[in-house]
Amino acid sequence: MIRRLATDVFLAGPAALAVVLFIFLPVAVVFVLAFTDYLIGARSAEWVGLENFADLFGSRLGRNALINTLIYSAIVIPTSVILGLLVALGLHGIARRMPRVSAVLRTVYFLPVAATLVAMAVAWQMLMHPSLGLLNHWIAALGLTPQQWLTDRGLVLYSLAAIGVWQGVGYNMVLFLAGLSAISPTLYDAATIDGAEHGWSRFWCVTWPMLGPTTLFVVIVTAANAFRVFETVATMTDGGPAFASDTIVYALYREGFVYFKAGYASAITVVFFAALLLLTALQIALVERKVHYR
Amino acid sequence: MRPGTILSFGLVGLGAVMVLLPFVWMVSVSLKPHNEIFTPEVTLLPQQPTLANYWQAITETDIPLYLLNGVIVTGGILILQIAITVPCAYALAHRRFPGRGLLFGAVIAALLVPFHVTAIPIFIAFSQVGLLNTYAALILPFIATAFGLFLLRQAFAQIPAQLIDAARVDGMSEMGIAWRVAFPLGMPTVIAFSIFSVTAHWNDLFWPLVATTSPELATPPRGILFFRDEESGDDIGPLMAGATLITAPLIIGFLLAQRRFTQGLAGAGLKR
Repeated sequence: MIRRLATDVFLAGPAALAVVLFIFLPVAVVFVLAFTDYLIGARSAEWVGLENFADLFGSRLGRNALINTLIYSAIVIPTSVILGLLVALGLHGIARRMPRVSAVLRTVYFLPVAATLVAMAVAWQMLMHPSLGLLNHWIAALGLTPQQWLTDRGLVLYSLAAIGVWQGVGYNMVLFLAGLSAISPTLYDAATIDGAEHGWSRFWCVTWPMLGPTTLFVVIVTAANAFRVFETVATMTDGGPAFASDTIVYALYREGFVYFKAGYASAITVVFFAALLLLTALQIALVERKVHYR
Repeated sequence: MRPGTILSFGLVGLGAVMVLLPFVWMVSVSLKPHNEIFTPEVTLLPQQPTLANYWQAITETDIPLYLLNGVIVTGGILILQIAITVPCAYALAHRRFPGRGLLFGAVIAALLVPFHVTAIPIFIAFSQVGLLNTYAALILPFIATAFGLFLLRQAFAQIPAQLIDAARVDGMSEMGIAWRVAFPLGMPTVIAFSIFSVTAHWNDLFWPLVATTSPELATPPRGILFFRDEESGDDIGPLMAGATLITAPLIIGFLLAQRRFTQGLAGAGLKR
């Protein structure tokens, strides 16, 4: 009995310890720190109750980061989900006649998922360079006004969102392609007999309802990724100009690791975490309802 | 061909061109000589392509060091992750012990925790014990992988119990079964997880930015930012060459093993 237990500890112990030490313990500590004014390196800290949260939701800077993240998500989620679905439908259609071409296009769309986002953000920065960049050069050639993509306060968040969409479409496409290939052809035969002969009605009667679970999953994953936007902000704008592209994770980084305000940064972390948990709860609730057709 | 097919082919093709644009631009600028970059006559492709920028990036900058650091850190993380995850996942799948349900529940719960949530306490703890600015700081926080435990436990659970029992009757130790029976049989999942892990940590910026300040320890994404911020905007060619070199390993890996890469990365949606 003791020997059995020793074997179990030997097998499962290291990983279990690591999970407690590097995941559960830090989460617990973050929830405590969020209610203190602890500064990294300070000898002591005061309990401040909800003050950090009041700061986050009450200050212009805090609200700005939250709102920017919501705007960014409100652009990236629908755009990259819809584009991912359209590309998947297109490739699924092409695959029957030209499987090779379809495979090559699928590879191209997936490239940004595997690529190093920071390096690609450096490349995007060059693409969007006000004077040396290709984007403004083409825009000028079309007779339009060149833009300050990353230094115009009104534009910068949309530029970053465009890159977020660029990165997310391929991932969503792969999930939608998997969902599409799982739809049984007999359903389309049945739809034809019932009079749904053309693309559009077939899409609404068969494809769209059958993709329900996939779509839910894609939306949730995209939302979680959008909430988390950090690399492009840190690489291209540092949250600027004048906090116009400050987001929640970037604010967490700045407050916690540049200004060492561990208490306040922990409160940001808790809000960020709560948003993600809410998203997961929503996912579970919707799966329990009916996005499944069997 | 129906007009609908042609139209959708055209649109999907156009989209693919837009997706490729930053890649093409990055490689193109990296191949341009200095005078072609700093000119009002911006062209998509280099007129007189040269490898001079690559030569400069490799010989005069720390790009090779960043690549080496990337290999050390992602390799260290992966080896330690697998070393502790395989025995634990095996125990979760094929042994009954008190607390097994609790442990598996904890693994599922831990899937919901993104790394950013744990960063502040880990940073504070590492600074207390003087671990910041070391390779260990870059590696240790990631050896706890709920995602790996979950994937491998599901894979090992597919192995028939009779097979495990046969190995026990043959006198194999439990650790031996984990490594010599479960591990090889779960290899497709191990590979998918490895691709996910290497990609995630090769590309990570957040933790290297937080845990290290020394350029000596910079991983590729951190390093490319050091490089960019040091130069005064005059070294765009070598910068693009560096960005290409840093992106190349994963892109080449993806092109060589597309199916496995897609599987490995697509599964990432299960974790937060």
